[in-house]
Amino acid sequence: MTCTGDDVRDLAARVVARDGRALARALTWVESDVHRGPALVEALRVPGRAFRVGATGPPGAGKSTLVAALAVAWRQAGARVGVLAVDPSSPFHGGALLGDRIRMQALSGDTDVFIRSLATRGALGGLASAVHDAADVLEAAGFDPILIETVGVGQSEVEVTRAADVTVVVLAPGSGDVIQGMKAGLLEAADVLVVNQDDRDGADALVHALESALELRAIQPPPVLRTVATVGRGVEALRDALVARGPGSAAPEVVAERRRARAAARITAAVDASRAREFWRRAGALREDLADQVVAGRLGLAEAIARLAPDEAGTEAP
Amino acid sequence: MSDERPIRVLVAKAGLDGHDRGAKVVAAALRDAGCEVVYTGLRQTPEQIVEAALQEDVDAVGLSLHSGAHMTLFPRVLELLKAAGAGDILLTGGGIIPADDAARLAEMGVGRLFGPGTPLAELVTYVRDEVARRRAAGRTT
Ligand SMILES: Nc1nc2c(ncn2[C@@H]2O[C@H](COP(=O)(O)OP(=O)(O)O)[C@@H](O)[C@H]2O)c(=O)[nH]1
Ligand SMILES: [Mg+2]
Repeated sequence: MTCTGDDVRDLAARVVARDGRALARALTWVESDVHRGPALVEALRVPGRAFRVGATGPPGAGKSTLVAALAVAWRQAGARVGVLAVDPSSPFHGGALLGDRIRMQALSGDTDVFIRSLATRGALGGLASAVHDAADVLEAAGFDPILIETVGVGQSEVEVTRAADVTVVVLAPGSGDVIQGMKAGLLEAADVLVVNQDDRDGADALVHALESALELRAIQPPPVLRTVATVGRGVEALRDALVARGPGSAAPEVVAERRRARAAARITAAVDASRAREFWRRAGALREDLADQVVAGRLGLAEAIARLAPDEAGTEAP
Repeated sequence: MSDERPIRVLVAKAGLDGHDRGAKVVAAALRDAGCEVVYTGLRQTPEQIVEAALQEDVDAVGLSLHSGAHMTLFPRVLELLKAAGAGDILLTGGGIIPADDAARLAEMGVGRLFGPGTPLAELVTYVRDEVARRRAAGRTT
């Protein structure tokens, strides 16, 4: 089913040779092409060793600014830095406004930095499943670390922790109710917590609120760091804290287990998607017919479901 | 299948003047029409615009400018795109551009340019049709 045609092999070779235009096209494939995208990832066969850092948190907290500042810090240490900036697509018209680059201007003109904006395109959990593949492609082109920014306003936090080795949750004074954030699982997703915009009123109160909330946590609460992303203050310490929890850390088994879980989750997602496509290719027409009958009152919904999924409907198949 | 992917457009504001309301309105209109719009903000140099367009693998670049530098900025962006092998990217935009200048830019290969007050629907339709045409014309990958 997957075509390992010449075009796939050719593009993979150019990505590995660090051709920027090929890299951009490869990212388009993994985002958009259900055949050549997976074929390309297979052809690249990356080991998944590049350090993948997730940054999430409420809109306006300063994630993009902080990611750019982190990228600068990593550049100064000689690393080639990949950035994936994920923003939601509209569920209504599918469009998206991808504005994270506005805060990343300091990185322009540097060929050892590659930034790509991704829209979620309705992917479950808010984080495009393509992010895994996109990170693989960046790794194949020699980028390490790979910084992944997502807006954390719901279940997407859980997803970002799957794509990343280590996750930093970015908050700022007034950037939403901390208690609300705890409810949404935002704090649980954090390996490191950052109070950004430490130059603004309310930063102290936020740090104290976080620290008292974390006291209740039995095992290994994440550290709370302070940053002013706009001027780079605290960014070096943040980078150190991330590295200390990364693959080269004193406890590499945590990252190793996450990478294993990541591979398992990708297999599950790909198999589910492939089976669903195949199933509906065969059964799509029957579904439409059943829907007609349900609307006409000739068939109950459970009965219609049972004809397509005998085990799932709670009724015996006829 | 791969040609049903959303149209990606880079919207950039070039030049030194410091307001970008027009560019933001255009970006929002394209988004509402289902495009993925990469917005890069104010005071973009041609080099920055082209770097972003290449990394983002966009179908089109919409350049907004009001500083009267259109006869240098548009040709420069076009030149950099072509030099990078990305001459297939549609370069369009808006600003106060005399008809003579627009005609000369069109000869160079710049797409349609829209003056202030152009209905947004017209611009959206143009981008959609022109990108569809270019995708069909050659860009198979
Ligand atoms: N005062 C202050 N403003 C900041 C800081 N970091 C970011 N900002 C500003 O906060 C706004 C949102 O930043 P952005 O990085 O786009 O946030 P994001 O939505 O979380 O990605 C921008 O206007 C930034 O310039 C900071 O440390 N201090
Ligand atoms: Mg952002």
